[in-house]
Amino acid sequence: MARYLLGRVGQALAVLALTFTAAFLLLQVLPGDAIMIKFMSPDMGLSADQIAEIRASYGADRPLWERYLTTVGNFLTGNFGISIQAGVPVSQQLATNLPSTLLLASLAFAAALILTILLATLSNMVGMEWLRAGLQSLPSLFVSVPVFWLGIMLIQIFSFQLGLVSVISPGPVEKLVLPVLTLAIPISAPLAQILMRNIDQVLAQPFVAVARAKGASRNWVLWRHVARNAIMPTLTIAGVLFGELLAGAVVTEAVFGLSGLGGLTYQAVGNHDTAVLQAIVVISALAFVTINLIVDLLYPVLDPRLGTKGGAAT
Amino acid sequence: MTAETATGTMADAPGRWTTRFKRVPVTLALAWAVVFIVLAWAALPSLFAGYSGTEGVPGEQLRPPSAEHVLGTDGLGRDVYARIVYGARHSLSGAFVAVTVGLILGTLLGLIAGARGGWIDAVIMRLVDSMLAVPSLLLSLSIIVLLGFGTINVAIAVGAVSIARFARLARSEVVRVRRSEYVEAAYGSGGTFWAVLYRHVLPNSLTSVIALAALQFGSAILAISTLGFLGYGAPPPTPEWGLLIAEGRNYLSRAWWLTAAPGLVVVLVVLSADRISKALGRTAP
Repeated sequence: MARYLLGRVGQALAVLALTFTAAFLLLQVLPGDAIMIKFMSPDMGLSADQIAEIRASYGADRPLWERYLTTVGNFLTGNFGISIQAGVPVSQQLATNLPSTLLLASLAFAAALILTILLATLSNMVGMEWLRAGLQSLPSLFVSVPVFWLGIMLIQIFSFQLGLVSVISPGPVEKLVLPVLTLAIPISAPLAQILMRNIDQVLAQPFVAVARAKGASRNWVLWRHVARNAIMPTLTIAGVLFGELLAGAVVTEAVFGLSGLGGLTYQAVGNHDTAVLQAIVVISALAFVTINLIVDLLYPVLDPRLGTKGGAAT
Repeated sequence: MTAETATGTMADAPGRWTTRFKRVPVTLALAWAVVFIVLAWAALPSLFAGYSGTEGVPGEQLRPPSAEHVLGTDGLGRDVYARIVYGARHSLSGAFVAVTVGLILGTLLGLIAGARGGWIDAVIMRLVDSMLAVPSLLLSLSIIVLLGFGTINVAIAVGAVSIARFARLARSEVVRVRRSEYVEAAYGSGGTFWAVLYRHVLPNSLTSVIALAALQFGSAILAISTLGFLGYGAPPPTPEWGLLIAEGRNYLSRAWWLTAAPGLVVVLVVLSADRISKALGRTAP
């Protein structure tokens, strides 16, 4: 077990180191970097010497390996560099933008969970075959809808056609309703898909037939026996869901004009602000790897059948 | 209860080609129809659209859908249906480039990793893991920052993201096939490594790789339209689907058809790709 633990942690660290290096190579070795974009513009009126001086002050003139090592050291101590465009430390930008995105993402996740459970329960309780088929194909539809378009359509319907949500100066709660819904629908899709598949798999197992034969009602079996066994495997996509939430937040914030990590990313791409982008990429990878590590390590604890095999989760 | 699940798995199981063609499900037939129509749009747009995709008619701005303009006109008097038809070429070719990039590079990496094993396998798979650790949109954005804006660059960025998925699938298929007895036998009767890979492993892994390619085609269209909407794709006069939706956004209160129509087309195409992928074989892991 200790060996498995060490191996798993080592693997996670290797993935993180690789991601960091790849992001560094991808983003910091750019032909036209952020310093050039900001200071080369004619209205700045800077001479070539002055630009070289600015570059030197940011350390952009030093050799690649030296910059790499400095960046590694900085990241390890929680210093993510300086946003060239805004002129403030990246960590400060992240700190100001994190709360709103966190609020949006957690509300959306909660809404997605409710939607998922609703879908899974309904599709297993409805008697009519056509309705059941319709409910079961809903997640595939959700996956196929572009998030940005969904947001726009929700604005269209609820704000302009029905006039339910004000577009001009909405209240703090009113402002979040449509973005949360926009983000929740695509997040619920993979969750519902995997949950429905699991429920079907568990229902096919012999112990369900035994429970039914003993006289348990369909709903009793569903809630007492099936739910517990079907929910567990959905944990394995927790990491992927986190990534979807973050990516969805970028798009949702762009559509609704909200400030947050998504807006920050969007601006950073436009300005080639690579320090910001690298921090966001590395932090999201860190979160993904950590979530997966926790799930992998927790899984044998939650499901004793896996305890002896250990590595089965991978 | 058991009967339900039994029919469910039977419908999902890939049967033989002959038995499958005898009764094609309605949804699958519709999915193929959508794909063929959109392909025809991309091949010969002028045949399907009576108006120009980029030039507007003065004085016919923001007309709602009518017999003359099936899907209405936009703020510059351009026919929305014509713009969608002409846009098919941009969106489909972008998705095609993306899938090709992912399919070739990913399958190659997966084949090498699965066939060689050892430290090569370990290095490639950790690389793949690190690609999967970053949300795909963020990864695409990072690559776009490197390559610059534009249709082809967006397509490459979207394709690069799918490399990891193809690599994983190809590797797992190779590992599965490699252990089978006929591959052992092929080695035993004197086959070289690459010959066995080409003659036996590749054809047996192809079905699921093609199914993944169909699925990725749909998600590539989705991703390309998202990046087009964010403004990283082709510049404005281009009728790319994501860009159409972005432009229509300025007329939300007055012209619902500007955003609704191109979005519905995207949804239909992506849904169809998803349906076809499911029919072709097992879906992505």
